[in-house]
Amino acid sequence: MSGAFTARNVATAALIAGLVLLPVYSQVFGDRFILTLFTRIVILALAAVSLNLILGFGGMMSFGHAAYLGIGGYAVGMLAHEGIYSGFIQWPVALLASALFALVIGALSLRTRGVYFIMITLAFAQMAYYLVSGLARYGGDDGLTIYKRSQFIEPLNLSNKVQFYYVCLAILFGAIYLIWRLTNSRFGMAVQGARSNEARMRAIGFPTYRYRLVCFVIAGTLGGLAGALLANHADFISPATMYWTRSGDLIIMVVLGGMATPFGPLIGAVALLVLEEVLSGITEYWQIILGPLLLLVVLFARGGIDGLLSLLGAKVATKVNPKVGS
Amino acid sequence: MTLFFEQCLNGLQFGLLLFLLAAGLTLVFGIMDLVNLAHGSLYMVGAYFAATFAAWTGSFVFGAVLALCATLVVGMAVEVIVMRRLYGRDHLDHVLGTFGLILFFDEAVRLIWGPAGLSLPLPSWLAGSVQILPGFQYSSYRLAIIVVTLSVAAFLYVLVMRTRIGMLIRAGASNREMVGALGVNIKLLYTLVFGLGAALAGLAGLMQAPILTVQIGMGENILILAFVVTVIGGIGSIRGALVAALLVGILDTLGRAFFPDILRTMLSPTAASALAPALSSMLIYLLMAIVLVIKPEGLFSAGNK
Repeated sequence: MSGAFTARNVATAALIAGLVLLPVYSQVFGDRFILTLFTRIVILALAAVSLNLILGFGGMMSFGHAAYLGIGGYAVGMLAHEGIYSGFIQWPVALLASALFALVIGALSLRTRGVYFIMITLAFAQMAYYLVSGLARYGGDDGLTIYKRSQFIEPLNLSNKVQFYYVCLAILFGAIYLIWRLTNSRFGMAVQGARSNEARMRAIGFPTYRYRLVCFVIAGTLGGLAGALLANHADFISPATMYWTRSGDLIIMVVLGGMATPFGPLIGAVALLVLEEVLSGITEYWQIILGPLLLLVVLFARGGIDGLLSLLGAKVATKVNPKVGS
Repeated sequence: MTLFFEQCLNGLQFGLLLFLLAAGLTLVFGIMDLVNLAHGSLYMVGAYFAATFAAWTGSFVFGAVLALCATLVVGMAVEVIVMRRLYGRDHLDHVLGTFGLILFFDEAVRLIWGPAGLSLPLPSWLAGSVQILPGFQYSSYRLAIIVVTLSVAAFLYVLVMRTRIGMLIRAGASNREMVGALGVNIKLLYTLVFGLGAALAGLAGLMQAPILTVQIGMGENILILAFVVTVIGGIGSIRGALVAALLVGILDTLGRAFFPDILRTMLSPTAASALAPALSSMLIYLLMAIVLVIKPEGLFSAGNK
């Protein structure tokens, strides 16, 4: 039980295989609901993965990450509303708009630390929420229905549910790979160094503010991409997409799965959303269970599911061969 | 001119209400170093209690007093059961734990009181308006809120700066271990401070109840404003919370009332009416951004914290 076959790796591999094979199951058994549910899970996992870059690796406790979901989504929705359906225009606009928003609020928020940072990112995200709520032309509070999904060249057709699922999944894996490469690069090391001890990083000559800001913008851009996908998935975008409780959900996914791990946010997203689905099947008042459950995770399982899995792996390893576990 | 004056008073009233929330938030943060997102839930609970107790006793004042005591008890219970375990943890833990509490409170309220909102009718002696200047009438209830919150602010000042408890609170804020080593029961002190913050939030909620509907999620919107206030004022500073709350309250109220007109003089009427609601709700966040650029720690930063 050493090397690649730890409990953690096996579980992750099983999850990936399950996600890849899910449409097959859905087609064979005619279960269309599960495909819709998991498309949503994959998209929100992408948002959680992007949040993990700043929250987990960067140590920046952003409580406003849902804003990018909204901005990316509204970029698609507003352009579609104006009659521009091409994904080659919609998606770059979504990415640029989120990057720009991240640049502005990042430049302001990163001047502060700790609780200030939490509250400020929260407040700016709420500002964006109220901004779109006030735009009567684009539906205001009621949101905006998107009549046509983003158009790409044939044979890519996002209206096909299976195709769309695989597009989302490919983007998700691409993002995980990108972040894995990034966090192992010199840039990623500097950002993680600034998380551990910013004063020291500055002392040895790293402009930590700029490093953090770039990291913040990358995460925001990926969040915007998730937003563009989410709007296409729901064929609808409303201010509720960027309400602050959604930012809270994303943080939960990251922490539940395991912070600063490549696959943690994906595990967390699957766990949280499947749990929600199961609990809401049991009782209408499912949040009364979820809330205290969350509290218990915070109090007793800090490493999240990923942490539990590696703990399990370590235990099994020490049983089989006491030398491996140490 | 009358309208302007009235809106200023409305802004003052709203600002003072925000102060009640922000004071509790900033007190709890300054002393326990705890980020409490569930503060808005206590505001909501206070409003629900007030509506229920007022209906039971048939008296607004009785209902309000009972609700205040009940919120205090709920607050202290939350501290003993949950918050105590979160002290000294990472801020992210606070955020997540109290977020879980919000889910719990929202759902518990839905379970107990149902999904429909409640209303808290005003007694007849508060429902009218009074003449405060010749030819200028103002809602007596809003005036009552201003008077009550100003007295609470004065009470807080005396409590924190002039009493033995206040001295311990301030000492606990600057060095927890030292105060504990000197034989002060720091656990009890923390429970009291948290209860006080909860009661302040509950007071804000029950006073706001007759103006708005009592509904689930009412605490979440105002919580964000309370955050903006604490950030502008400087976390941990009660004086900063007061100044910032008044700034935010007045700017928000005046902005909503007059900004559309100002915009109309600059832009075409259609553009102005399309943009005004969106832009006027952004004003306070702009204020926050400006304050942050000039003073990243807020106007009255507590300094050592």
